[in-house]
Amino acid sequence: MFGAGGGTSSYEEIETTDLIIMWGTNAREAHPIFFHHVLKGIRNGAKMYSVDPRRSQTAKFADLWLGLTVGTDIALANGIGKYIVDNDLQNHEFIAHSTQNIDTYIESIQEWTLARTSEVTGLPEYAIAELAEAYATAESAQLCWTLGITEHHTGAENVMALCNLSLLTGHVGKYGSGLVPVRGQNNVQGGGDMGALPNKLTGFQDVANDEIRAKFEAAWDCTIPATPGKHLTLMFEAMEKGELTTVFCIGENPADSEADINHARALLKGLDLLVVQDIFLTRTAELADVVLPASAGWAETDGTVTNSERRVQLCRKALDPPGEAKDDLEIINMIADRMAPGWGNPGPEEMWEELRTISPMHGGMSWKRLDEEGGLQWPCPTEDHPGSLFLHGWLWADDLEGRDPAPFTVNLWRPHMDELTAEYPLLMTTGRVLDSYNTGVQSDGYNSPIRSGEALDMAPADAERLGLVTGSRAEVSSRRATIDMTIRVQPDLPTGLCFTTYHFADTTDTNQLTIEAWDKKSGTAEFKATAISVKPKVTSNA
Amino acid sequence: MPEIAVTAAEPSAEEVIAVADAVVLQSPGQVTYEAAGPALTFDGERVARAGQERITNRRHLLLPVLHAVRDAIGWISEGGANEIARVLQVPPAEVFGVASFYELFTFEDPGAADVLHVCDDTACRLKGGNELKDELSADGRVVHGSPCLGLCEQAPAVFVQRTGQQHVSVRTATKASVEAALDGTMTVPVAPVPQPVEDLTLLRRVHDDAVQDHPGYVATGGYEALAKAVTMTPAEVIAHVGDAGLTGRGGAAFPTGFKWSAVAGEEGPRHLVVNADESEPGTFKDRVLMEHDPFSLIEAMTIGGYAMGAEQGWIYIRGEYPEATRALRSAIAEARSVGMLGDDVGGHSSQGRGFAFDIELRLGAGAYICGEETALLNSIEGYRGEPRNKPPFPTTHGLFGQPTAINNVETMVNVNQIMLLGGEGYAAQGTERSTGTKLFCLSGHVNAPGVYEVTYGATLREVIDLAGGVDGELKSILMGGAAGSFIGPDMLDVPLTIEASRENGFSLGSGVIMLLNDTTDFDGFVARIAQFFRDESCGQCVPCRVGTVRQSESLLRIREKGAPIEGERAMLDDFALVMKDASICGLGHTASGAILSAIDLGLIGGAS
Repeated sequence: MFGAGGGTSSYEEIETTDLIIMWGTNAREAHPIFFHHVLKGIRNGAKMYSVDPRRSQTAKFADLWLGLTVGTDIALANGIGKYIVDNDLQNHEFIAHSTQNIDTYIESIQEWTLARTSEVTGLPEYAIAELAEAYATAESAQLCWTLGITEHHTGAENVMALCNLSLLTGHVGKYGSGLVPVRGQNNVQGGGDMGALPNKLTGFQDVANDEIRAKFEAAWDCTIPATPGKHLTLMFEAMEKGELTTVFCIGENPADSEADINHARALLKGLDLLVVQDIFLTRTAELADVVLPASAGWAETDGTVTNSERRVQLCRKALDPPGEAKDDLEIINMIADRMAPGWGNPGPEEMWEELRTISPMHGGMSWKRLDEEGGLQWPCPTEDHPGSLFLHGWLWADDLEGRDPAPFTVNLWRPHMDELTAEYPLLMTTGRVLDSYNTGVQSDGYNSPIRSGEALDMAPADAERLGLVTGSRAEVSSRRATIDMTIRVQPDLPTGLCFTTYHFADTTDTNQLTIEAWDKKSGTAEFKATAISVKPKVTSNA
Repeated sequence: MPEIAVTAAEPSAEEVIAVADAVVLQSPGQVTYEAAGPALTFDGERVARAGQERITNRRHLLLPVLHAVRDAIGWISEGGANEIARVLQVPPAEVFGVASFYELFTFEDPGAADVLHVCDDTACRLKGGNELKDELSADGRVVHGSPCLGLCEQAPAVFVQRTGQQHVSVRTATKASVEAALDGTMTVPVAPVPQPVEDLTLLRRVHDDAVQDHPGYVATGGYEALAKAVTMTPAEVIAHVGDAGLTGRGGAAFPTGFKWSAVAGEEGPRHLVVNADESEPGTFKDRVLMEHDPFSLIEAMTIGGYAMGAEQGWIYIRGEYPEATRALRSAIAEARSVGMLGDDVGGHSSQGRGFAFDIELRLGAGAYICGEETALLNSIEGYRGEPRNKPPFPTTHGLFGQPTAINNVETMVNVNQIMLLGGEGYAAQGTERSTGTKLFCLSGHVNAPGVYEVTYGATLREVIDLAGGVDGELKSILMGGAAGSFIGPDMLDVPLTIEASRENGFSLGSGVIMLLNDTTDFDGFVARIAQFFRDESCGQCVPCRVGTVRQSESLLRIREKGAPIEGERAMLDDFALVMKDASICGLGHTASGAILSAIDLGLIGGAS
């Protein structure tokens, strides 16, 4: 909406802000480093509100936890918007100067009275009003989210609905206030920065823009297709249609991480050629025709990473990779050299210095500066630019720095795709736990004293109704598959909601259950809402 | 710290009620720290209210809640600890850490409704404490040997920790009187102090039972000091305290007026804390004041609150003082009900000048170290009673990090006298450096043990004579308690002033004068002092944690194996040096003083 691409704020601002809203994020477990900054903010007196269907470890630090019904984030955001407008708490000056489409927006949220919002979200009216008031009246406020917002079939609209709230209150583009999509790895942001997106070139430059393409073509001496590529979910659709027959997969494990996993695996098996470049022999690698063993990013590789606050930092090699494993860059260079002899093996510094000649946001970040200044936050266009603490300061500039005012968007609530019925009466959502990471490729290799294995967490009332206790085995079915799981009674869950992770695909293949519904705008699958039924497994005493 | 992963142990209904009551009842008069209800509350399944502020604001309830559970069921069960963790949102490990710090809490069912803490410390061991302990144990009672119970003038003493009933202390205890206490048929004997009322100033009300109630207190001139104080500005009150030359009576002799003006000069909420954790072996003067004249402490604190602009007063009293606790609790409630504590102290009365001041009473749970002022603050805040580093000093960063004056009970009560006499009038008593009267605790081999009030300047001999003289042939005197030192009969003509005692190499400390005649088993007596420090070291600083143990072992070698003093002396000197240099609080600094002085005087190691 602002020509986005990264979190608008710095960690420093989280530590000094007045209000922190953690919406759809269990950062305590999934983003523990970021959460340290949140904790500092709380210690410094910030109020924290947690919006999450589960009373997660993050929610336990909140002044108020709002356990909304899964997939009703747009309803809640629109309800908060309407409450702010009805009580005249919006920032009129900011709206008039820096935004557009306010009338259309206000019209679109008229349905969302407190009563209606309460009905849809399952939250008491006072809690909705309190959150709205707190956000609208805070001096500074940070609105943070992660996959609880994006892993829905309305993921992009969920984000837009939150952005509307920041425009309504002016909580963006100034020190202390911002929008923070927290990144799950040290370098998720960096992947986007470098152009690992189907519609963007390096530095978030639009591939469809002729001028930009021409610049890259001149620099790279090649032709770049004008049409955006496919994101992961579209790739699988293309595999299904037979349009995509060769896949080069680097550092990703779709054979465990995709929704409706049985289907995904069948598609991967059906490829003409699957090349996997990874540090472990993942399940995807097991399906591959060729596996290229890579070095670990940490300690075995020289290069850069970009963190959640857009800070590009050097990472340094301390060890040679084991065995025949090679640096990712070297592997790619070797392939390129076969394709275009004379390519050679340019190193990370050489490549970085080239990159910053064509990526304006990185223009001022010389390798030397990155080394000497402990990293720099983009945008940093020139070598005398100090880097940017926060984004979108232009919203507060008298002339908007020549840009168009930021538009409000209209986001209509639609319930999650996988309907709850008498046959599938429980809703299962997925997430992460502290000591494991995604499909477990990076975390299963070490022991953790608090890892208790995969289980289906279930509210006490549901467990009791089904005659289940912690440790019971049960058949868990969705409309796509049935798997056996161990039950864990979890008082932090509201009745009707179940929770599990997909860290342990080898023992419990959670993604056999999840729905393949995905967001057409972001390409993210709806991991957060699966209708399931749970039946106690009959054990024979024989 | 909301990661409350409790075990499966469930609390009993009694424990749930005890915790809930303690959380709510603890705060009727709270001015600064509201604490209604648990730190975490749910509204249905979808909304929970908690947060750092609620958790922080309730942490200080941990000690009272532990007391409530212990008093209800006799110990801290796992289920009870879980309930405390849940309600206060304190991690179970922290509940365990705090509870296990204190002697009066146990994690095992004692197996009896009444636990007998029999004093076998310095004064009581001279009067049959050890023998009584053995006798009661032989009877099948649950008996713990206890450090000094502050009843040295009525030795031997027993503190009966009861379940579901009021705790009680048994004085001049015998097997029969302990049984009577358990039956509820005990009669409380003797006059509170041996001196007659006409010889007393600070203690002038202790013979009068009527002063336990507000009208009786007022009838004897009570609240006249406060009335006089509020005719002055707060700064003028502090000036009088400064002019009076009042110094701390807890042992450190720090100028009170200086402390008060430092606190009054700070911004924001301020606290006045009274240290009633009277645990120095041989000390019992504060107990007598609190048991017999509780309103005088409340009045003096109210003057202090007015003078420093502190709206919250706290009394931290040791858990082994059940009678003093009851007297204070009742007096605080009565003062509150007549408007002499609360939002508008005195505002309704003819004096017509109201201000906010209230007092919260907090009970220790058996830890000598909590008499150290910063350990005391940590204890109130709900943490282990481990001393803090200084600086910063409590005057700037005290209770809850806010400016705090901490004064001993006796020091505090002197403020009433200063108001009545004026600073200069008060300073006219005593010597130039030691003004006013001083309470001394005479115990051991003395004919009439008790608290004696004398004007500073009286000699040691004069005070002993007041107490009817030595019982037997005087061999040595323990001055200032376990943290003090032994002196010989050659010191009898030294005036008991801060300056004269200092010149002669000893300290008045908390006013302990424990007489020891030539029948004393000094090896055992001094070994008990070493054991006391070994037991009471909080363990935070390594030199003290290790040093007090090694020192105690050395004393046992001398006592039990007849190890030659010369072989132990160098090592004991090393311990003393390293504890003095590298401990952060007074416990480590003073843990060797008495022992080394006993060696210097030839009291132990084959002399007998």
